[in-house]
Amino acid sequence: MSQNLPPDVVLKVDDLSVVYRTDRGDVKATANVSFELRNGEALALIGESGSGKTTISLALIRKLPRNAVITSGQILYQRNQEVQDVLKLSNRQLREFRWNECAMVFQGAQNAFNPVLNIRKQFEDTAQAHGWTDKAAVRKRALSLLQLVRLDPERVYDAYPHELSGCMKQRTLLALGVLLSPQIVILDEPTTALDILTQRAIIDVLNDMQRQLDFSIIFISHDLSLAAELADHVATVYAGEIIELGGVNDIFYRSLHPYTHGLLTSVPTLDHAQDLLQSIPGSPPNLITPPEGCKFHPRCAFADDICRKENPALTDDVGAHLAACWHKDRLLESRKARA
Amino acid sequence: MSSPIIELKHVYRSFKTGREIVPVLQDINISVNRLEFLCLVGESGCGKTTTGKIICGLLPTSQGIVEFEGADIASLRGDNQRRFRRSVQIIHQDPYASLNPTQTVSEMLSYPLIRHKLAPHRRGVLQRVRELLDLVDLTPVEDFIDKYPHQLSGGQRQRISIARALTTEPSVIVADESVSMVDVSIRIGLLQMMMDLRDRLDVTIVFITHDLALAKYFAWDGRIGVMYLGRLVEIGRTQQIIRDPQHPYTKVLLSAIPDPDPEKTRSKQHIQLRSEDIRRLTELPPGCSFHPRCPWYVDGVCDKEVPELSVPFQSEFDVEVACIPLERGAELALHDA
Ligand SMILES: Nc1ncnc2c1ncn2[C@@H]1O[C@H](COP(=O)(O)OP(=O)(O)OP(=O)(O)O)[C@@H](O)[C@H]1O
Ligand SMILES: Nc1ncnc2c1ncn2[C@@H]1O[C@H](COP(=O)(O)OP(=O)(O)O)[C@@H](O)[C@H]1O
Ligand code: SF4
Ligand SMILES: [Mg+2]
Ligand SMILES: [Mg+2]
Repeated sequence: MSQNLPPDVVLKVDDLSVVYRTDRGDVKATANVSFELRNGEALALIGESGSGKTTISLALIRKLPRNAVITSGQILYQRNQEVQDVLKLSNRQLREFRWNECAMVFQGAQNAFNPVLNIRKQFEDTAQAHGWTDKAAVRKRALSLLQLVRLDPERVYDAYPHELSGCMKQRTLLALGVLLSPQIVILDEPTTALDILTQRAIIDVLNDMQRQLDFSIIFISHDLSLAAELADHVATVYAGEIIELGGVNDIFYRSLHPYTHGLLTSVPTLDHAQDLLQSIPGSPPNLITPPEGCKFHPRCAFADDICRKENPALTDDVGAHLAACWHKDRLLESRKARA
Repeated sequence: MSSPIIELKHVYRSFKTGREIVPVLQDINISVNRLEFLCLVGESGCGKTTTGKIICGLLPTSQGIVEFEGADIASLRGDNQRRFRRSVQIIHQDPYASLNPTQTVSEMLSYPLIRHKLAPHRRGVLQRVRELLDLVDLTPVEDFIDKYPHQLSGGQRQRISIARALTTEPSVIVADESVSMVDVSIRIGLLQMMMDLRDRLDVTIVFITHDLALAKYFAWDGRIGVMYLGRLVEIGRTQQIIRDPQHPYTKVLLSAIPDPDPEKTRSKQHIQLRSEDIRRLTELPPGCSFHPRCPWYVDGVCDKEVPELSVPFQSEFDVEVACIPLERGAELALHDA
């Protein structure tokens, strides 16, 4: 294949668009999304419910539902300097890709285990499906991974799913996800709907795993705090587009897009001082007939004629920190004025 | 302090499921003071919604009494009972479940007005519906009055739920935020609107959430009650609880929650639990139900006696906790994890 990628890039997504065909019209769930994922990096996709985060990740492993169509784009994946186009893989290659290269732990996946098989069987079956039949070796790797996610390995390996709590299942799934040493692990809302003390346990486990195993993470969350804690890079998703992308500190301390800024000023904190919060007016658009121009313009305090007519591109005025907004300077000025 | 508008006294509630009896609430004591900001927080399943329903008289207690303006609500009859039902309303903040899909906004809001004879005639009803929409900031009113729920956004549906609760001119509203409500960009707007309504309409709002940071925002000038497995374990002034939580569970909770600030959240110290074991309500441990996880657990005390809410020994704080070592003034010592 002729494509070349920088050696540390494991995934490069270019101009990806996905629509869902429905009776009411096409839902433009992902529109012209581009980003890169580097070796060992944790990238967070943040955005509100319905903004298109899950759709992006399903497209990456080509697990989209039947009514979805990828209408544009390219997804390049690199291992050992060999580049593959994910959109051109055959069904057989895809099955391999999904476990060996890019594993995904789905939203609410604690129910993903087969209830009548014990955990050992589920690890063995996964390994076997990918040509790994040495059960002793599978066991050895599984136990070390279960240890890594802070479970009692022997007990859990022989347990049935119903004997495990939600948190234990979630951690077991993380261990199963990395069984075949994928380069990329995608986690969709890994802590949503878990109780707070359980969330903390999962976050700590993810931190450990990232430190000790060599893989990149894409995780999806509506919870900004999770991104603040785990991500190296953050992409804000709004109405199916990535509208800002940068290092975690760039996004949290120097956001350039009015939407990201608005999100940040609407989350309460546990600081000892009173929070002065402000919510974003209006509500997220419908993706069948999204607004013309910048999709955020009906809710944006800085919007003017150009915003209503033309959609701004995701560009980098400030180093590697990208934002799609015609008036980045206005946000910067208003922040300076307040400081 | 004025007399409480609602008071729960030694309230227990259990449910029968199959052959088991599930004790969902145990010995809950809460006074809701007129116009205070009170927030109940706790993790999923700890009994917040059940408490909310009991406050509103939607669910009877298994034991214990609920008083409204000093009168036991179980003894209310006739006009007094009707007045209580109108005065205390609950809003389930689940925008998808709670509105009737076959009714327009105008029908939804008119119905309780007509049923409770709260507006004199048709013109009066319409006038009141418009006022209500205006109160919840759904303006211009014409844009909303004839819409069906599916034509409204999640946030707009929630505003309709609030307007509907206001039809009966309540003096207390219990607002129960469900975990599924995740639209960060609109939830603060809704909360701010409710805080305004308290001032404009003199309505006391009890806010229920699992999000401690949101509780802090709502009840900054009021109180937070923290629940764990069917009991209230700490209740007191919000600013104090956030700055210096007393109960071990509240301490662990505050230390576990990530912050939306990378530097802060990455340098935060997390208190380790003694074990991660989570008990089900049907197999509650003896003594304090938090003791199997509590990092400050005292052997022979916490696993024997059930703590009741009380002011910690020699505390300068205006807070009550349910923890026996604290009550006796013991210095809490952390166990090694
Ligand atoms: N009608 C019922 N029958 C049996 N069990 C019930 C019933 N209602 C509630 N429960 C149980 O009581 C416990 C407390 O439920 P409740 O709805 O009050 O929790 P909650 O704190 O509001 O949780 P969440 O944050 O998830 O809304 C749960 O274990 C629940 O399953
Ligand atoms: N199978 C589907 N058919 C039609 N629309 C869908 C389907 N799945 C998701 N959508 C729509 O696509 C948009 C993006 O959804 P999703 O990717 O699940 O967002 P998120 O994960 O950010 O909550 C939403 O408007 C959603 O309603
Ligand atoms: S392009 Fe215009 S409308 Fe869009 S975010 Fe920037 S200022 Fe606002
Ligand atoms: Mg999703
Ligand atoms: Mg509830």
